[in-house]
Amino acid sequence: MTVAWSAFTPWSALVGGVLIGLASAVLVLFNGRIAGISGILAGLLEPPSADTRWRLAFTIGLVAAPLCFALLRAWPSVTITATPLEVIIAGALVGVGTRLGSGCTSGHGVCGLSRLSPRSLVATGTFMGAGFLTVFLARHVLGIG
Amino acid sequence: MRARETFFALVSGLVFGIGLIVSGMTSPQKVSSFLDLAGDWDPSLGLVMGGAIGIGLFAFAIARRRSTTLLGGPMRLPNKRTIDVRLVVGSMLFGIGWGIAGLCPGPAIVALGAGNGTALLFVAAMLGGMSLVDVLERAREGRDPNASAAPTTAE
Repeated sequence: MTVAWSAFTPWSALVGGVLIGLASAVLVLFNGRIAGISGILAGLLEPPSADTRWRLAFTIGLVAAPLCFALLRAWPSVTITATPLEVIIAGALVGVGTRLGSGCTSGHGVCGLSRLSPRSLVATGTFMGAGFLTVFLARHVLGIG
Repeated sequence: MRARETFFALVSGLVFGIGLIVSGMTSPQKVSSFLDLAGDWDPSLGLVMGGAIGIGLFAFAIARRRSTTLLGGPMRLPNKRTIDVRLVVGSMLFGIGWGIAGLCPGPAIVALGAGNGTALLFVAAMLGGMSLVDVLERAREGRDPNASAAPTTAE
């Protein structure tokens, strides 16, 4: 392993992380809910219920974030280098996986670890491990990506 | 109270999304560089998690001691404690998908808001995958009334 010091952005990472923590704090302290994005999105696929409104509001907030960010800084353009086929396979795996595993990086990784949940610790360790292994296989064994 | 809950959910989503942008986590390249332990490793994602959990520890310590929210509503924290095959296999599949594209649900939705067309493809496939699990689960429950219900509590 070599650390890519030139790519490492400790301050913006820390500030962004604190904002993510504050957002999760707002949702649990005011709404009594976990900021688990996969769960919130999956909930929107269900028939409308009492929870539809807050889930929709949270999702609109996420979608509107680039616009708000652009009021102060440059437009946050995103570049996805994976091919369309890779993106579709990845998306489907993320959808099936987060539904079966009841959470993703936000619900298990941030909120679950903050709650000291053993379930979330297992989930986070597993998806991090699978992510490390996938990138290793793709880049260093198969030579793609 | 419901209007205020909707407002705070909007604020939370907005701040969460801005946090993802500021931290650089909306860039699949940056996420992949964190996952590439054998290459030029970018530790940034670890600090993002650290910063978020640093705040989260306090927030959830407060939440755990309360039965109601600051708005007077019920505190709904997940109470599931079982660590089963479903949790591990699901997390494994998620991790593989995350590794392939460098995208997870939050950044994908933010990328959509930033006008990225490829993110639309990812989100559509992701919602399709989620629906597939729900449909199969319902079909299984229909056949076997003793089958455990799909967990609806988001984590």
